[in-house]
Amino acid sequence: MSLSKIKFDKKIVLSFWIILIALIIAAPTLLPVFRLNLLGRYLSLSIVALGVDLIWGYTGLLSLGQGIFFALGGYCAAMYLQITSSSEFPNNIPEFFALYGVEKLPFFWEPFRSPVFTFFAIWIIPALVAGLIGFLVFRNRIKGVYFSILTQASLLVFFNFFNGQQKLINGTNGLKTDVTQLFGQMVGSESMQRIFFWITAILVIAAWFFAKWVVKGRFGNILIGIRDDEPRVRFTGYNPVIFKTIIFSIAGGLAGISGALYTVQSGIVSPQFMTVPFSIEMVIWVAVGGRGTLLGAILGAVFINYAKSLVSEALPASWMFIQGGLFILVVTALPEGVLGWIQGDGPRNLLQRFGLKRKIETYPSLEVNNKEGNNE
Amino acid sequence: MNNKDLLNLIDITVSFEGFLALNKLNLNLKKGELRAVIGPNGAGKTTFLDVITGKVKPTNGEVIFKGKSLVGRKEHKIARLGVGRKFQSPRIFENLTVKENLEISVTTPKSPLNLINKSIKDEQLNEIDRLMKIVNLAQKVDSKAGSLSHGQKQWLEIAMLVGQKPDLMLVDEPVAGLTDEETDLTADLLKSFSGENTVVVIDHDMEFIRRLDSNVSVLNQGTVLCEGTMETIQKDKKVIDVYLGRPED
Repeated sequence: MSLSKIKFDKKIVLSFWIILIALIIAAPTLLPVFRLNLLGRYLSLSIVALGVDLIWGYTGLLSLGQGIFFALGGYCAAMYLQITSSSEFPNNIPEFFALYGVEKLPFFWEPFRSPVFTFFAIWIIPALVAGLIGFLVFRNRIKGVYFSILTQASLLVFFNFFNGQQKLINGTNGLKTDVTQLFGQMVGSESMQRIFFWITAILVIAAWFFAKWVVKGRFGNILIGIRDDEPRVRFTGYNPVIFKTIIFSIAGGLAGISGALYTVQSGIVSPQFMTVPFSIEMVIWVAVGGRGTLLGAILGAVFINYAKSLVSEALPASWMFIQGGLFILVVTALPEGVLGWIQGDGPRNLLQRFGLKRKIETYPSLEVNNKEGNNE
Repeated sequence: MNNKDLLNLIDITVSFEGFLALNKLNLNLKKGELRAVIGPNGAGKTTFLDVITGKVKPTNGEVIFKGKSLVGRKEHKIARLGVGRKFQSPRIFENLTVKENLEISVTTPKSPLNLINKSIKDEQLNEIDRLMKIVNLAQKVDSKAGSLSHGQKQWLEIAMLVGQKPDLMLVDEPVAGLTDEETDLTADLLKSFSGENTVVVIDHDMEFIRRLDSNVSVLNQGTVLCEGTMETIQKDKKVIDVYLGRPED
C-alpha cells in the first residue's frame, strides 16, 4: 500500500506543519551553534537525497555519481564568495592564486563576480551537465548496472580533474568559504550560519514540494512505468530518453543547490565532495529512508548523518561498521526502507507475528475491501 | 500492393547471427481486416511483430505502413504513427492503478511538457470510463493493476491497446492462461474491434482462432506457408504436415 491510501486527518497534517515550522524557527535558540550548524548541513544533504530518490526510487536509475553535481553547486557558490572577498589580496584575485604564481583570473571565474549569475549557476550548471551526461547515456540505451558504473566512472573523471587543477581552482585544497564575506558579514559567523540554517530549512521544504509535484500525476506515473517496464512505455508511444534526461537533470539541479548550501555551512568545498564513498552514501540514505517515498529520503539523510556524528564522537572508527550493517539490514529485512516499511503492512505484520494483532482474512477481495478501514 | 492496404511486409528477412528468424516473409493487410497468424513454435511469429513495431530491424526487406516505411524508425515513433501492440504475457504497470494504466495509454500528446503541466482532458476521462466498461474493470478503477487476476490483466492490456487508438492492433497470444469463458469473450471483443481497426492476432489456440472467423496466415520457418480461411488451411497438405497434423501441445 502506498502513502496515498493512508488518509491522514487534516488536523494532524496541520499540527504537523505548525510543529515543524515552530521547530525550524526555534532551532537556533534551542541548539548550540555547533549542533545547529550540523543540522543545517544534514538538512542540505537531504536535498541531494531527494534527487536520488527521484531518479532511483521513481525512475530506477541508480546513479553513483551525484557527487559531481553536488560539488559543482558547491564550487559555484565558493567561487562567488572568494572573488567578492578578494579586494585586499594581490591583483584583486583570491589569495590562493598567489601560491601558484597566477596573476590573472582564469576566464571562467569572471561571470562569478555577479551574484545573479551565481544564483542561477548553482543549479543550472549542474542540471545542464547532468542533462548532457544523461542524454548521451540514455540515448544509447545504457541502463542498469552499466549506467551505475558509467556514473561512477564520470565521478572519478571529475574528481581527478578538480583534484589536479591547482592553478584554476586550488586543486586538492579546495576553496574555503568561512573566512569570506557576504553582505558585509563573515560567512562563517554565527549570525550568518543561523540565516543559512533557515534558508536551508525553507529550501528543503520547497524541494520536497517540488519533488512531490514532479512525481504526482501522469508524469510521475511514466517515471514509474520506465522503472518497471521501459520497453512497454516505448511501445505506448512515449520516448523514455526525454523523460529520463529531464528527471536526471532535475536531480542534478537539486544536487547543485544541496552542494552550495552544504559548502557555505561547512566552510569549504573540495574534491572530497566527489569521492566514490560519498556518492554511495547518498544512495544509502535513500535506501534506508525508503525508496520512492520522498519524505524517506529527507529523513534518511538527516538521521543517518546525525547518527554518524553522534556515533563518531562516542566511538570513533566504528561508524563504517554500523553504516555497513544498517545497509545490509535494510537490503535483507526492509527492502522498501524504513518509511516504506511503515507505510506498507510492516508494523501490523510484526505485531501479528508476536500475536498482538488479529490476522486479517487473506482472501484477496476481502483484503481489498478491508483496506480502507483496517487501522483499528 | 494496392492503396487499400494498411500494411505491407515485403521480403522481410531477419537474421540472428546466421539463424533466419524470418525468411523473405511477405504479408499484406487490408484496412479493417482481422487476421489470425498461427504457426509452430519458432516459426517467427513474435519476431514478425518485433519487426513491425521497430524492436527488431530487418536485415533485409521493407515494411510499409500507411504508405510510410517503418524500417529504422524508433519504437515510440512507430507507436505514434498508429501501431499498437499487446504482449504475450500481460505487460501492464503493476504498481499503478487500473485508471493510471489507462491514463498512460489514452494521453495525447505524449510529451513530458503536456504530462507535467496539464491535467487530463475530459474526453480522455470519458474514454477511460468507456474502456473500463468494455473490459469489465469499472469496479477496479483504483486497484493496483498488480492485484488483478490473470484474465483481468490480459483485458486491461487490451483496453490499454484500444485506448491508444491505433490503426493497427497487434495482439500476441491474448488468451494464454484464460478460462474457456474468458477466451470466448476475448474473441468477441477482438472481432468487435475489426472493421474500424485492423487487427492481427497471434495464437496457438485453434478453437480460439476458429472462433475469430477470419483469414488465417500460417507461418513456418520464418515465411508464410499458406493463407486463407480456416477451412482452406485445414485442408492444405503443407499445413497439415508442419502444424495441424501434430498432436497439440
